[in-house]
Amino acid sequence: MPGKLKAKIVAGRHLPVMDRASDLTDAFVEVKFGNTTFKTDVFPKSLNPQWNSEWFKFEVDDEDLQDEPLQITVLDHDTYSANDAIGKVYIDIDPLLYSEAASVISGWFPIYDTIHGIRGEINVLVKVELFNDLNRFRQSSCGVKFFCTTSIPKGYRAAIVHGFVEELVVNEDPEYQWIDRIRTPRASNEARQRLIFLMSGELQRKIGLKVLEMGGNAVVGYLQCFDLEGESGLVVRAIGTACTLEKLSSGSSTHTHPNTAPASNACNSPSKDGKEPVFGEDLPSSSGPPTPFRALPTSSSSPPPFSPSKPCSRQSSSSDTDLSLTPKTGMGSGSMGKDAGPLKTLLRQQTQTALEQRGASSSGLLLNAREFPFFTLTSFPSGFLLHVGGVVSARSVKLLDRIHNPALGNTRSYKLLDWNSVTADEPETRDAWWEEIRQEIKSHAKALGCHAVVGYSENTNICEEVCILSASGTAAILNPRYMREGCLDIAGSDHRFEDPSPSSCGFCHIPYDELNMPFPAQLTYCFHCRRQKVPDVLFTTIDLPSDAAIAGKGCFIQARLCRLKKKAQGEVNATAISNLLPFMEYELHTQLMNKLKLRSMNALFGLSIQISVGENMLLGLASATGVYLTALPAPGGIQIAGKTPGDLNNEQHIMNIQKRINDTIAKNKELYEVNPPELTEEVVGSPIPEPRHRSRLFRSHSESSDELSELDLSHGKKDAFVLEVDDTDAVEDIHSLLTDAPPPKGFHSCNTETMPGIYNWTSALQMFTSVRVLRLSNANLTNQALNKIFTDLCENLLKSFYFKLRSMVPCCLSHLNFSVAVPEEELIQVAVTAVAMTFDKDQTQEKPAEKPIMKGCSEGEEQLQFPLELCADSSSVNSQSSSRISGVPESSSLSTRAASVDYGSFADRCSTWLELLRLKAHTIRRGSVKTSRRTQSLAHSVSSLEHSSPITEGRSRLLRSSRSFGGSSVSVVKMTPLSFLPGTRIVKYLGIINMFFIRETTSLREEGGVSGFLHSFVAEVFAMVRAHVAALGGNAVVSYSMKDCVLMENPNKNQCQCLINVSGDAVIYIRETDLEAIASTVGLSSTNSDGAT
Amino acid sequence: MAVELDVFVGNTIIMSEEVYQLWLDGYTVNDAVKVRMDGGALDEFEANADVVQSDTMDQYRTFQMCERLLHSPTKLANQLLFQIPPHRQATLIERYYAFDDGFVREVLGKKLSKGTKKDLDDISAKTGVMLKSCRRQFDNFKRVFKVVEELKGPLVENIRQHFLLSDKLARDYAAIVFFANNRFETGKRKLQYLTFQDLAFCAGQLINNWTVGAVDNMVEDMDVDLDKEFLQELKELKVLITDKDLLDQHKSLVCTALRGKTKAFNEMEANFKNLSRGLVNIATKLTNTKDVRDFFIDLVEKVSCPENFLSFHFVVWDRYMGVIKSCIFKMYHD
Repeated sequence: MPGKLKAKIVAGRHLPVMDRASDLTDAFVEVKFGNTTFKTDVFPKSLNPQWNSEWFKFEVDDEDLQDEPLQITVLDHDTYSANDAIGKVYIDIDPLLYSEAASVISGWFPIYDTIHGIRGEINVLVKVELFNDLNRFRQSSCGVKFFCTTSIPKGYRAAIVHGFVEELVVNEDPEYQWIDRIRTPRASNEARQRLIFLMSGELQRKIGLKVLEMGGNAVVGYLQCFDLEGESGLVVRAIGTACTLEKLSSGSSTHTHPNTAPASNACNSPSKDGKEPVFGEDLPSSSGPPTPFRALPTSSSSPPPFSPSKPCSRQSSSSDTDLSLTPKTGMGSGSMGKDAGPLKTLLRQQTQTALEQRGASSSGLLLNAREFPFFTLTSFPSGFLLHVGGVVSARSVKLLDRIHNPALGNTRSYKLLDWNSVTADEPETRDAWWEEIRQEIKSHAKALGCHAVVGYSENTNICEEVCILSASGTAAILNPRYMREGCLDIAGSDHRFEDPSPSSCGFCHIPYDELNMPFPAQLTYCFHCRRQKVPDVLFTTIDLPSDAAIAGKGCFIQARLCRLKKKAQGEVNATAISNLLPFMEYELHTQLMNKLKLRSMNALFGLSIQISVGENMLLGLASATGVYLTALPAPGGIQIAGKTPGDLNNEQHIMNIQKRINDTIAKNKELYEVNPPELTEEVVGSPIPEPRHRSRLFRSHSESSDELSELDLSHGKKDAFVLEVDDTDAVEDIHSLLTDAPPPKGFHSCNTETMPGIYNWTSALQMFTSVRVLRLSNANLTNQALNKIFTDLCENLLKSFYFKLRSMVPCCLSHLNFSVAVPEEELIQVAVTAVAMTFDKDQTQEKPAEKPIMKGCSEGEEQLQFPLELCADSSSVNSQSSSRISGVPESSSLSTRAASVDYGSFADRCSTWLELLRLKAHTIRRGSVKTSRRTQSLAHSVSSLEHSSPITEGRSRLLRSSRSFGGSSVSVVKMTPLSFLPGTRIVKYLGIINMFFIRETTSLREEGGVSGFLHSFVAEVFAMVRAHVAALGGNAVVSYSMKDCVLMENPNKNQCQCLINVSGDAVIYIRETDLEAIASTVGLSSTNSDGAT
Repeated sequence: MAVELDVFVGNTIIMSEEVYQLWLDGYTVNDAVKVRMDGGALDEFEANADVVQSDTMDQYRTFQMCERLLHSPTKLANQLLFQIPPHRQATLIERYYAFDDGFVREVLGKKLSKGTKKDLDDISAKTGVMLKSCRRQFDNFKRVFKVVEELKGPLVENIRQHFLLSDKLARDYAAIVFFANNRFETGKRKLQYLTFQDLAFCAGQLINNWTVGAVDNMVEDMDVDLDKEFLQELKELKVLITDKDLLDQHKSLVCTALRGKTKAFNEMEANFKNLSRGLVNIATKLTNTKDVRDFFIDLVEKVSCPENFLSFHFVVWDRYMGVIKSCIFKMYHD
């Protein structure tokens, strides 16, 4: 009996009136965990009941603790009829299972009902006592920490990065069981919510087990998704990066190696010219620290079987120029493309492989994990990423199996009876599907001469029985020294190895062999170091490396595309879709390329391409953040060419367009401040291509493979981009190019973690979710008209955001995450989640210049671990952004401190700091008794943190029994899709938030139509997330994302149903200004030493 | 092609005070959009009509969802659905409970019943306040009335605590509640010249001096009901006009006090008997509910108008009544 779960129901408030006669409610509460249920007494005739129950104790396996949520149901007692349910609260107790996270969950939770929404609140206390050493229980994986954040969490150091972990769990969807026909919508929704809670708990536990097997203790970049496959079931799957994280503490602070500072000095790369050390190739046998050799590609007894010289162009989907090949060969965009027609065989094959797999590998889990050198991380410590090859992606169209064909009415009930045996083999099928995709990604990466894929993600799109699986990432070469040591730790890195290239441009250098390029590309020598080759453009799915040298600011770039498709069923449909896919990818790619050039930029970061299937159309949406990398050649202009040069009218027209384009480019250069450092004359290329190119190039990007021999610095002249105006398509393209309005003055936007070129964030922030659905009234739309509609939809959304958030300027919309769907025929749904952050306009200009200094400083921090010790668990590994905010003076003083630190006094100071911070951050150690004094100081700190506790004495009497902060007032919880909060330090990660809600209504009109319905539902979801975070003692959610928003409406029946899945990391942050305040008070005694240093 | 659904939800509530005011004023979404566009919203941030429309819709929905909470403002502070910064909460509440002086003047002293509510469209037409806004204001009056009706303690304080209103607004509501409870007639033509603020001031005076609460501050309705005992005792003031000696004595005291201090002195001296009779008659009749209702009319008809005496400035009237009051007090005790 390894765990005891204890729950106490304290009180309720704002309950709904359940008894019309008295206008009151006789409420009581059922507390359920697993199969055990407890009840409180009925608190008669009150809307603000005070149950103040005993502690309900559940003695359970820790396996159950991980899988099951605590289920709290509030009911209205009725003497004569059945008790009416008021609503429920599901509490995920996983955060209580890590030793260092929250030790108690305590606070007001909204009582949620799937039909009525939030109905009052309930105050609950939950604790867990674990009896045994956690790690002894292999079925459970208590203690493995999960982070949604796609970088090494602040305050931690990655001792070992073990690599890719994945898992999926399949079950039947309760909505599609026969019993659903006789039960109420509420019961069905609740069954579904509960099932998904269970499944994600199980999934997390299983992933945790894999991590433990690998020897890790955490999963970073944890990405969990649901596939609602309808009749064929419900798939919950997750991927992540297993790591061994170490809490940064004073113990690990002795790294000093000032020479990692890359600075921007000239390139001293060993100029291996395309023969980058193949991972594991020529490693001196483990001279490093005795860290176990665990990094992912560590199946290293045999170095990964890839030869850089292998001419495998046909497989590598994407990277910038490659996509142009796809239409020709039909390759690279998914297995359907590969196997062209015979879908059936494919399906058969899968089942086969699935079977084989099952037979072959009971130990296969681990193997699989290591087999794929994938990282879900998108930003890395500097020096980790050596070279980036480009985007690799794979798509596959699958037919969901149709065991539950309505024609086979009997199997249905059979299935229910024999639940386990039927569902048992499903995960294998799905596993095999993903396995296939991952293999493909891996081979693409190899074709690009890369041994790893970073910024990796997977997703699905389902329409009826057709399912598109997609995976994408960025092929990359990681620093072998980290790999060998299996370590992401910067500080621990040593200088025995020559620095391969300066980090400001090294990652741009091509990883592949220039003589055997996987695709035709135009190479030049790096504009920074002049030693190694770089491509003309670079597309990636990761964030801009913090040390990359850029010019100007970044901008949000989006390519949108609609393609009509004939309605079809089954295989025909799947084939039609897979035939369309390569064209869509190609078009999207062309659009991206054009738009990039129009903005005079040469690299894309955070690229995500989403393809969504509807019954009669396909939607493609590619979003990325464009930036000008100074290491890459300046992009050429866009050249317009007419088909019939003789026609005077036409010429005139073309000249007009050309002029408009040139003007736009010039304007954009100014807008985004793209003023690359002056290059030597021979490099400066004219944007106009020489005549022969004009005739040759046709809507493609530098297919100049025959010119490779000529590669030299003057090559920049030849990369102009030519658009031929020969048909309406091209005209459309040009129009769509020019219709993209730049953000209004004072606004910037990007879809990455940080906005390239903006460093001085101020603390104001507004996270938002917006959903828009468009009904296409005219069924006979052309592709062009559809494109226009779709483009306008996205553009108008952006315009709306700018307008709504205009009071925040200067401000940046960061992490703009668009997701499109075709919920039903003639409907297009776009959902966006993003955060608006203010920044200080004045300093924007200066910042880049200061950057080198800043870098030095932050590195100083890393070596010294100074701020880390100060605040126990605040970070430095990835805190460039925060150190930037903190401004130069502070950090430079930090770096000067480095010179002469007296370690004795230092430690003293640290411990005081720790004390204070703990107090401030409301860290309750497990088993510790909280004194009232502490609570007071806490409340104080909270109000000072927020300047906003809306507490009035009048109300506190309601809450006399409440304890923790946020007791009577509602504490402010910030939410952001980013991994950081500007102007603050994250001092503690409290656990992952992963919630799934269903809301349904049968009175749609009364709730204000679909908009009113969804508006309140989204607000409710936010409220529930905030409440859970506050109950864990947190004050923010970082890396927040809305994974799914599935809306099904039937206005004729006045009905609507919506499913939302959100996730994020609950954290405690402290404002830097408060930190400084503490510093000054604490520092009083040590002022002398401060002054001295 | 039509927008089927369009929502925008921020983690912290997003609202513009301008749109809130339009909503409170009862504008429909389309009218509000028109007003905003005429007001120059289009010039900002490259907005177009669709953008303004969408923004207005979002905010209107937000306000509608908040409205339930605004009905009991204390809930607004500890509800979880919306994250609203405290200063925004205060604005939301204060503006929601704000009212038009023109409107309140019309319903002042009327019974806050369904019947009155039915007449709101007439009032709306008369005052130019939109019907929707009239309803909101009327419901606010009624809600405040209902809540404080049965509470102990000072009226203004109760209103301020239960509705988190500013002091000024709480006093105004106290006046409204007081008028509604005593059903003072204020709608007659003769009283039309009085503004709400004039009457609210009077109400404040009455609450402070004539209610039960002026004597005992822990009873129910203490600030709402007039002190019955006091009204009974007022009857004895009749001697001031019935008893010749007392009348003369009263007159001489008042005249001594006022001599040379007012231009109207002569007029006042000449008409003292009539004046005094009017005042005392009002006082002695106050035990009658009907007469209480007519209190303000009587003051105007029987004190000011007959002699055309105090139709001028308020200062003089104030001075006169103050003196009268102190005189009466003095003599009463004598």
